[in-house]
Amino acid sequence: MNRFLSRRTFSVLTLGVAFALGVGSAVCASEESADVFIKRVSGDILESIKADKSIHSGDVNKIITLVDQRVMPNVNFLRMTASAVGPSWRQATPEQQKRLQEEFKILLVRTYAGALGQVNDQSIVVKPLRAAADDKEVLVRTEVRGKGEPIQLDYRVEKSADGAGWKVYNMNVMGIWLVENYRSQFAQEINAKGVDGLIASLSDRNKTNARASK
Amino acid sequence: MRVSFKRWGMGVALVALTVLSTGCATGPNANPKDPLEPMNRSITRFNDALDDNVLKPVAVGYHDYMPQPVQTGVGNFFHNLSDVFSTLNNGLQLKGRQTAESLMRVVVNTTLGIYGIFDVATPIGLERHPEDFGQTLGYWGVPNGPYLVLPVLGPSTIRDASVIPLEFSTDFVNKHDVVAERNVASVTRIVDKRASLLQTTDLLTGAALDKYSFTRDSYLQYRRNQIYDGNPPDEEELSDPSAEPALQNH
Repeated sequence: MNRFLSRRTFSVLTLGVAFALGVGSAVCASEESADVFIKRVSGDILESIKADKSIHSGDVNKIITLVDQRVMPNVNFLRMTASAVGPSWRQATPEQQKRLQEEFKILLVRTYAGALGQVNDQSIVVKPLRAAADDKEVLVRTEVRGKGEPIQLDYRVEKSADGAGWKVYNMNVMGIWLVENYRSQFAQEINAKGVDGLIASLSDRNKTNARASK
Repeated sequence: MRVSFKRWGMGVALVALTVLSTGCATGPNANPKDPLEPMNRSITRFNDALDDNVLKPVAVGYHDYMPQPVQTGVGNFFHNLSDVFSTLNNGLQLKGRQTAESLMRVVVNTTLGIYGIFDVATPIGLERHPEDFGQTLGYWGVPNGPYLVLPVLGPSTIRDASVIPLEFSTDFVNKHDVVAERNVASVTRIVDKRASLLQTTDLLTGAALDKYSFTRDSYLQYRRNQIYDGNPPDEEELSDPSAEPALQNH
């Protein structure tokens, strides 16, 4: 009995510890403020770029791997794509929505692959956050400093659905918001050729870019 | 004098007529920020042809073959000239610290930096605060007006284009007396500017489905950001269609 009890106690204890740890880390993540989140993730990505020579030489596959592992988990790409597509998103089938996200992602990765290759001695300065503690959506302003003039780089982040941690859903370089900038492009294609037309244009663009980078 | 004024008036009338006859984009898909889209697109085609055949090849050559210190020196020299106007425009926008810093930059770079060839101001903590006449108007509440693509000069707005005569008449390069030197300086300035944009334009080509509207939307956002010194008030936030339940096709 004693033994049973002790074993039981032990397992409860183990469970308890595991639970506490789990909760603990969840609490920890949700308590991380948006600016700390951006600082951590961008610093992390910057380090992996600096460490990998093949990224500097513009190896697109390597960059895609990096994006999938380090960037995408911190981005609400569904929301990014949907807001760039606009109201037509809701008329699109799940299959079309999936294709749109895939092609849009490749377009962005290919576009910025060149820029990532030029990262060398830059560092990121996160500016003081102006947000209330319970804000669900926050603007985080940063500056990339290196040679030459500092480059403004801002992020919009949201509390992720499970309440643990943050996800980026829009970003701007020198005041140019990414999602806004694709909005009228996408609307133009959809008005002319429908959602499938937009998917086709995106995939054509990606094929042209792939040929050009070879 | 009278004749030249008459000629100027005719020129304006001709431009106005061209704008009107090219027509405004109408219909459900017209962009409210870009009523002159058809005209802008044709000027863009002209600019692109000029760029592909003349400007870009020259800028690429300059970028590839001119020694880097020379390129930096040339860039610094023209930055220093524009810092003079940044000082003036920061003053017109009553930005005390920025005016003082811009003035200090000009003083330090023109003397220690030998006519601005070396940028000694940045390392000692005097950052650039670029401001132009268009931004000053924007600061005092003059709206952009429609997007406007200028021949050779590229993306602009009605407001920014309206100050070009002012910029032209106060420009140091244009006021320089020796014609040969003036011409060399004008051409060098254009090549320097184009070379500094090489990466940006390559990126645009790859990123855009329609380069024209991508450039337009980038330019308008970029300008708005400049006028608010990197901190513009939020425009209406884009809705997130993925958050709402999907509608059935009807």
